[in-house]
Amino acid sequence: MNWLNILIQGGLLGGLYALFAIGLALSFGIMRLVNIAHGDFIVLAAYIALALIEATGIGALASLVIVVPLMFAFGYALQRGILNFTLSGGLLSPLLVTFGISVIIENVLLQLFGADIRRLHAGAIETDSVALGGIAVGAYPLLVFGVAVIAIAGLQFLFYRTTLGRAFRATSDDAQTAELLGIDNRHLYAMAMAIAMVFTALAGVLMAIRTTFDPAAGPIRLIFAFEAVIIGGLGSLWGMLLGGMVLGIAQAIGAALSPTWQILAGHLAFLAVLVIRPSGLFPHTRD
Amino acid sequence: MSLLRTRGLRGFYGDFQALFDIDVTVEEGETIAIIGANGAGKTTFLRAVAGALACDGAMVEFDGHPIGGLPAHEVVRRGITMVPEGRRLFPSLTVEENLMLGAYSGRPGAWTLARVYELFPALAELRRLPSTSLSGGQQQMAAIGRALMSNPRLLLCDELSLGLAPIVIRDIYACLGAIAAEGTSLVIVEQDINRALDASSRFYCFQEGRVALAAACRGFDRAAITSAYFGL
Repeated sequence: MNWLNILIQGGLLGGLYALFAIGLALSFGIMRLVNIAHGDFIVLAAYIALALIEATGIGALASLVIVVPLMFAFGYALQRGILNFTLSGGLLSPLLVTFGISVIIENVLLQLFGADIRRLHAGAIETDSVALGGIAVGAYPLLVFGVAVIAIAGLQFLFYRTTLGRAFRATSDDAQTAELLGIDNRHLYAMAMAIAMVFTALAGVLMAIRTTFDPAAGPIRLIFAFEAVIIGGLGSLWGMLLGGMVLGIAQAIGAALSPTWQILAGHLAFLAVLVIRPSGLFPHTRD
Repeated sequence: MSLLRTRGLRGFYGDFQALFDIDVTVEEGETIAIIGANGAGKTTFLRAVAGALACDGAMVEFDGHPIGGLPAHEVVRRGITMVPEGRRLFPSLTVEENLMLGAYSGRPGAWTLARVYELFPALAELRRLPSTSLSGGQQQMAAIGRALMSNPRLLLCDELSLGLAPIVIRDIYACLGAIAAEGTSLVIVEQDINRALDASSRFYCFQEGRVALAAACRGFDRAAITSAYFGL
């Protein structure tokens, strides 16, 4: 068994986990909204892509052109129409409402698509490989990792270089004062959820090409997203990528020891980080 | 026509009534002071005008239009901005980012980053620092600058002198004069009576949510103010 190979495969898988984590981290970081339905939104995006592909025959990656704007609009409407009203109730009410949404999405998907295990196909790129210093690396995992890096760099730019990003950070600090300076928090929160859904859509479609999914596949993705965020440290953008990589590598090591150990090894790594560094590897200190 | 006119303004925190029939006017370009003891309703009044406290539409009129009950961000867009008590800078933003955030509403006008740095040269040197690293006086300057960046026609200043050294307070009030000279109207809420009266042309003295006394500042008998202030 080649340990370098395991490290690389696990690290690349971490890119997908980082994409899972972004949407969750955005809604919590900006609005203190714990989105229990996040994993189901990822799966929902995958099913929207599936429906599009079956209806029109476009390619899996090409379907992103439609799925991403759809999820953006869905996120905006969901936040504006429902979730904004839960925010004044502390942490608990958004938790309960998104839990309800999670149950609804799972059952609607089951009703529409059945319980069959599905997968999206993207053609040759799924099996292509790139030779990196004697190790054959899958082209597709490499692509997903690249998308994750670009996504986080894009977020970095958004948060630190644009008016909208500054407004996100200010509202996260002190929503009341932000309102007094002309920021419409209801609109801003809806924009935050819409942008979170862009990354959720990306994560959902990229996941569905890599692995199988079914209507009940959401909750485990939610847990991976949580673990990546917490391992990386709340509020840290690049920490999210590293958190995903730690999780991915732990799973790859577990899987190499025994296939049944894959998921458990990831959870153990998460527990270990919680015990040793409860605030994560790269906590974003705000003073 | 007055720039700001409140008519019978009432304000509530839940069932508790904090303001009773407040009538206040501010003319274009005028600076007025609102003084009063702790709990007299001064900050509540500012919050009602700024849209942070619910009230009936007609109770607050700005530039001839009813604005009572509009959301705060809409009030800013129309030209009223508040410098909140305790500065309330955004800790995760740098000094300059705090200032730039003030321009979020996109109101055009004379105030730009360059003009704010001209008014507060100390801030120009500190612009890249986190806002938390500033002294109290510098934070107050940044908070005023941030509000100015929205190019308000009416600037509401809540307890600017709170927790600051007298020499710093003097500097900040000197800058208020420069802001008023631009044609901006100001409402200054203060516990420091002398400071507030020196900077304004008229004053209102609040007491337990009501206007106890309203008069021109020049030559007014301080003993009468004292009695209105304490309700003697």
